[in-house]
Amino acid sequence: MMASLLPLFVVVPLIAAGIAAFARRSHRWSSVLLLATLAATTIAAGALVAATAQGQVVAAALGGWPGGIAIPFVADVFSALVMTVAGVLTLVSCWFALVGGTGRHPLFASLVLVLIAGVNGALLTADLFNLFVFIEVMLLPSYGLLVIAQKGKGTLRSVVGSRLYVTFNLFVSTVFLAGVALVYGTAGTVNLAELSDAAATSDLTAAAVAVCLFALAMKAAVVPVHGWLARAYPSTSPAVTAMFSALHTKVAIYAIYRIYAVVFEGDQRWLWIGVVLFSATMVVGVLGAVGETRIRSILAFHMVSQIGYILLGVALFTQLGLAAGIFYLLHHMIVKSSLFLSAAAVETRYGTDVLADLRNRVGREPLLTVVFGVAALSLAGLPPFSGFFAKLTLITGAVEAGQITAAIIALAVSLITLMSMLKIFNAVFAPTVTGSFRNEDHAVVEAPPTPLHLVAPAATLAAVTLGLGLGAEGLFDLATVAAAGLLDTRAYVEAVLP
Amino acid sequence: MILALVIGALVTAAVYLLLQKDRLRVIIGFVLLSHAVNLLFFSAGGIGRRGEPLGSDPDPSITADPLPQAFVLTAIVIAFAITIYLLVLAVTGSAAEDEGVDDDDEQPAPQRKETDR
Repeated sequence: MMASLLPLFVVVPLIAAGIAAFARRSHRWSSVLLLATLAATTIAAGALVAATAQGQVVAAALGGWPGGIAIPFVADVFSALVMTVAGVLTLVSCWFALVGGTGRHPLFASLVLVLIAGVNGALLTADLFNLFVFIEVMLLPSYGLLVIAQKGKGTLRSVVGSRLYVTFNLFVSTVFLAGVALVYGTAGTVNLAELSDAAATSDLTAAAVAVCLFALAMKAAVVPVHGWLARAYPSTSPAVTAMFSALHTKVAIYAIYRIYAVVFEGDQRWLWIGVVLFSATMVVGVLGAVGETRIRSILAFHMVSQIGYILLGVALFTQLGLAAGIFYLLHHMIVKSSLFLSAAAVETRYGTDVLADLRNRVGREPLLTVVFGVAALSLAGLPPFSGFFAKLTLITGAVEAGQITAAIIALAVSLITLMSMLKIFNAVFAPTVTGSFRNEDHAVVEAPPTPLHLVAPAATLAAVTLGLGLGAEGLFDLATVAAAGLLDTRAYVEAVLP
Repeated sequence: MILALVIGALVTAAVYLLLQKDRLRVIIGFVLLSHAVNLLFFSAGGIGRRGEPLGSDPDPSITADPLPQAFVLTAIVIAFAITIYLLVLAVTGSAAEDEGVDDDDEQPAPQRKETDR
């Protein structure tokens, strides 16, 4: 019963998107439709987490064709968790977009609904070609959202950023597609479950799947190919950056976890490649962040660095390492959205996110200061917040797996993360810390603070990261179950091929 | 072998064009690249069997594998959609700025030095 409802995660948003596309000028009903659909799929994803919390795997063969022929939709606790968190964050970002103005474009609701349909499909599918299709379903509305702007006036900057984003993603998708073709040529199937352990039986298939994995790593902005993200993400409207930060790269990370677990069965021989690349990602990302001068550019480079942390979990491939990576993924999605939403609130209120221009202008902003401070400390991994638990378990996992160098890098990078977070904090949110108020700035300091409705979305997510930090055990238990499902993929394979 | 050579030639030309300065050439490079991948799909289905998989009772020993054909059919329309969007993006924006400009900050801030980026 549960299994046959799985396609609804894609079908319902797509139908709602089709209806919302009819919205012309009166956008109120389309906004209601957008929020209602997002809430419904998110609640359903939450129910799916509850249904799979003991390690059950729910699978549906679309069209009723036999397993192996049909496109399979599979949900275990890992996909259900990512789907739930992605749904919540899309909901919160839409809330901000509607309040902040970006969401008032007539096509906004429709594009976001297609986007979430693509995300849900990519998380549920167990077929490589179908994964490619759903990634495209996720990317095409994103291209539209990138250039969507307040009052229908796009900036040149967003067009230039969009060109980079579209060309890069088209290139990566084509490489992924070539990988899928090679998998089909060498293994004769693109069904993930039928490819289970294929990497051990055929070196050719292993190389073909590696092409797919490298394409996904490019999509996730792993270090040799991270420049596009740092350039493209800050160029769009603030609300859209916040929404994308939780979706695109994270779906790629999910796919890397899933494919390496199922096809490679966590083959120990290739883990060193991951450890090297992801350690480099942690370092280069955070160093790039230190050098930037805009809030969103700094946050985009931090995202690169944190992606290195998350993927380190799959490069450890132990029970603890995978669980830590999954917990880190969920924690990071939430925190990054919160940070981008804080930045978005500042940018919507003050019209810029250049640190030098904002210095001494953001006056008494107690709420925004607390919200940004909480998320920043959580990102750096300080104790009361979820980032501490995520980093602690990841470093414990790295030490346990014998990757001492990676553990030391992860610790050292945290310090630099904290440093560049303090750079934003000192320049923007706490002008009194730096000491001096210039006379000409004084009048601006007296301006009223950012209205509450702009800060509320970021504040909600900051509260979630505090909640997850205090009560980390519940989520970590679920992450442990998800990690067990990746370590031993028999249940997953048997669900797809009964 | 012929198919492999054609794919290789297409990829070579695509990589060359993708690294050009002109936007239109980049787009043509992407067209060639997707052609190459489509041909790669056909070769993945096995190139020995040339019969079309149509009719009421196709003989599996001579008809081509239909699955890669469906893959290619899907990939063509997706690449087509993105190419159209890329072409629109290529003609959007001001006439003065060019792809060679890599400074994507919105205002040409006078206080920022040329060497900053």
